[in-house]
Amino acid sequence: MTEHDPEKLNVAPGQPHDSMLTETISYVVGLGFALVLTGVSFWVASTSVLWGPGVAVGLVVLAIAQMGVHLVFFLHITSGPDNTNNVLALAFGVLIVFLVMIGTIWIMGHMDANMMPDPAIMNLQMQH
Amino acid sequence: MSSAEAPAIGLTHGGSEDTGLGHRGPESKSIVVPYGFWLFVLSDMVLFSALFATYASLAHATDGGPASNELFDRNLVAIETMALLLSSFTCGLAMIVAKRGNMIWTLGWLLVTGLLGAVFLGIELYEFAKMVGEGAGPQRSAFLSSFFTLVGCHGAHVTAGLLWIGTMMAQIWTKGFREHIMRRLLCLSVFWHALDIIWVAIFTIVYLIGTLP
Repeated sequence: MTEHDPEKLNVAPGQPHDSMLTETISYVVGLGFALVLTGVSFWVASTSVLWGPGVAVGLVVLAIAQMGVHLVFFLHITSGPDNTNNVLALAFGVLIVFLVMIGTIWIMGHMDANMMPDPAIMNLQMQH
Repeated sequence: MSSAEAPAIGLTHGGSEDTGLGHRGPESKSIVVPYGFWLFVLSDMVLFSALFATYASLAHATDGGPASNELFDRNLVAIETMALLLSSFTCGLAMIVAKRGNMIWTLGWLLVTGLLGAVFLGIELYEFAKMVGEGAGPQRSAFLSSFFTLVGCHGAHVTAGLLWIGTMMAQIWTKGFREHIMRRLLCLSVFWHALDIIWVAIFTIVYLIGTLP
C-alpha cells in the first residue's frame, strides 16, 4: 500500500501516492487556492463595485472552480490513466446532478410563471 | 499473446492487454473498496442535488415570513466555512502521516479535524436554535422547510463524520495501521472531503446568493 507500483492500473480516489513532501505541497497548494476562492466569493457578494445582476453568476463560477480545486488537490482526481474509472464515475455523477438541478429549476420556473393564480385566490390561500 | 484473444472493448489503458478482469483478476481490495465508496459519495451528491433543486424552487416561497436576507449572518458563515475547509486540510495531513505509520501525528491530525468539525457543527446548531427562537423554524414557510432540510442534511452528515472520526481514532489506536484499517481511513477522508465540497455549494447558493442586496 505504501509503495507506488508502476504496474498499477487504478488508484483509489482520495489516495495520496507520492513522496511525503509532494503530497503535503499538494494539500497546501489546494488549501491556498480554496482560501483565495472562498475569500473572493465573500468579497464579490459584499462589494457594490461589481454589476449587480452578474454577481450571482460569478459566485456560481467561483463555487464550481473551488469544487474543482477540492477534487484535484484533496481527492486526487486527475486525468492520469490510473484514474479513468474514478473520473468516469465522477462525470456520471456530475451529469445527474446537473440534470436534476437545471431541469428542476427550468421546469418549476416555468410552472411558477404560467400557473400563478390571480391575486384574489392567492389572498384567500394566504389566510388559510 | 495468450490474452490477445480477449476483445479490446471497454476501458483499456494505453495499449495494455488488460481488460480489467482479465488474467490478472479483479483489482485488490484496497482499490475496489474505496472505489465503491466513491460511488456512494457521488450518489450522496445526487441526493443533495435534489435538495438543492427543492431549495431553489422554494427560495422565494416565504409566505409573508422572514426571507433569506433577513435571517443569515455572513460573518458566522465565514467562520463555519473556514473551520470546515481547515478540517478538510488537516484530514489530508492525517492521511499523509497515516500512510507512513506515524501513530501520534495521525491521531493528532484526526483530533484537530474532529475539533474543527465540532466548531462547524456548534455554529450551525447555534444558528438553527436562534432562527427557531425567532419564529423562523422549519414550519414557518416552504422556504424555511427546504432550508432546514438542505442545511440540516449536511449537518447530519457532518455529525456522522464526527462519530466516524472518533471510532476511527479508536480503531487506529487499538489495531494499528493494518490494511483494512487503512481502507476505512481512506473512505473516511473521501467522505470528509466530499462534505466540504457540498458545503461550498451551500454557502454559495444559500448564504451568499441568498443574501445579495
